[in-house]
Amino acid sequence: MAEKSWVEACKTDDVEAEDVIRFDHSGRTFAVYRSEDDEYYATDGLCTHEKVHLADGLVMGNIIECPKHNGRFDYRTGDAKGAPVCVNLRTYPVRVEDGAVLIDIG
Amino acid sequence: MSAVVRDYSLSGPQGRAAVEAGLASAVWYSSPVARKQMKELMKRKDGPAIRDTLIWFASLAVFGGLGIALWGSWWAVPFFAVYGVLYCSASDSRWHECGHGTAFKTRWMNDVIYQMASFMVLREPTCWRWSHARHHTDTIIVGRDPEIGVPRPPKMLSLLSNFLAINSGLNELREVAIHTFGYLTPEERGYIPEMEQPKVFRTARIWAVIILGVIALSFVLHSWMPLVLVGLPSFYGAWLYLVFGLTQHAGLAEDVLDHRLNCRTVYMNPIFRFIYWNMNYHVEHHMFPMVPYHALPRLHAAIKGDTPPPYHGLLETYREIIPAVLRQRHDPEYHVVRVLPANARSAEELTAQPIAA
Repeated sequence: MAEKSWVEACKTDDVEAEDVIRFDHSGRTFAVYRSEDDEYYATDGLCTHEKVHLADGLVMGNIIECPKHNGRFDYRTGDAKGAPVCVNLRTYPVRVEDGAVLIDIG
Repeated sequence: MSAVVRDYSLSGPQGRAAVEAGLASAVWYSSPVARKQMKELMKRKDGPAIRDTLIWFASLAVFGGLGIALWGSWWAVPFFAVYGVLYCSASDSRWHECGHGTAFKTRWMNDVIYQMASFMVLREPTCWRWSHARHHTDTIIVGRDPEIGVPRPPKMLSLLSNFLAINSGLNELREVAIHTFGYLTPEERGYIPEMEQPKVFRTARIWAVIILGVIALSFVLHSWMPLVLVGLPSFYGAWLYLVFGLTQHAGLAEDVLDHRLNCRTVYMNPIFRFIYWNMNYHVEHHMFPMVPYHALPRLHAAIKGDTPPPYHGLLETYREIIPAVLRQRHDPEYHVVRVLPANARSAEELTAQPIAA
């Protein structure tokens, strides 16, 4: 039953190292990250400050910076790192299988 | 001529109407830039801002030092005039860039210069951080944007007095006094989250100590010199940031969701661009606030085919602004209409990507 909440977000090569892409599924939007050391992470796709797509932002180390107001989150934990973002970002479990990035959106 | 009365307050009916009309927190037009190129443009560096900050501090020391050396003579005046511009007008752009967190790559460097520049340009750092975030969300949307510099009809006396920060600076000091006692204005409560509010009170108290300390020192020394160096430059050095700042939006359209129509990009000489930290590329800055000041000329080159032609210097810009603002005194509906290049996409063509819940 729990397996049903895992969905394929992208292929591993779809996202460059230290970058992020957008993934939409069933009316929801997510951001899928690939770190410098090729670890994959996923969060909600929209900034908690204003509804702006984080996938247009800048990944620096473990930080995603929102493209509109430069609010910063640690994309591994979702922690908001200071004004103008005050609310943490929801994160999702990720696993890599057969060259695909799967996220547990349950 | 009958005109719709505009209510620029953030808690008034026009703000609510903007929300109902879908103008608040809306999707704005962006010129197409490939992700690879945008990543390159967004890349942070410490080098350019450290270099510029060292030049800035050295210039302050030289012109302030010469002013002190010539104290008592009229020859001190031009040196303090330059010192004041470096102190206040250059702080306006440092406040702005470091507030966005884009000037330096290193976070604490942005934070230190942000706090310093906020004091020098007399802008309470927490209030203005939130005010500026709203300005970027709802640029020149009436009733939503707290930073509309020239409301319609323009208040000419207030506008002109701000060349010496008389209205804006004294208002800021009044608010600092209010914050010192632990109060916020209703408007500030509207855009500053509760968890951020204690920072406002703490900073106001630190500022009050510094300002009162400088005044006390002037009394003790029986000299204006301390105040001419710290405090008063926020007023006598303000004029250039207003000259620059008015070029950003004055006389242009309100309530449009396209920065090409409500911002100006103005070509300026290298000295002005140093003082203004490239904010003359204002269309580009609003469209892509993640791009640091040192990369804005490159961003401009990348998107200029999709934006209205830039202005060639302040003279050309003010030839447009002054008649527009004067006309708006009697005709508040009037604004300058920016013309997009023939091959540019229009905001209406933009198929906004739906924001999923």
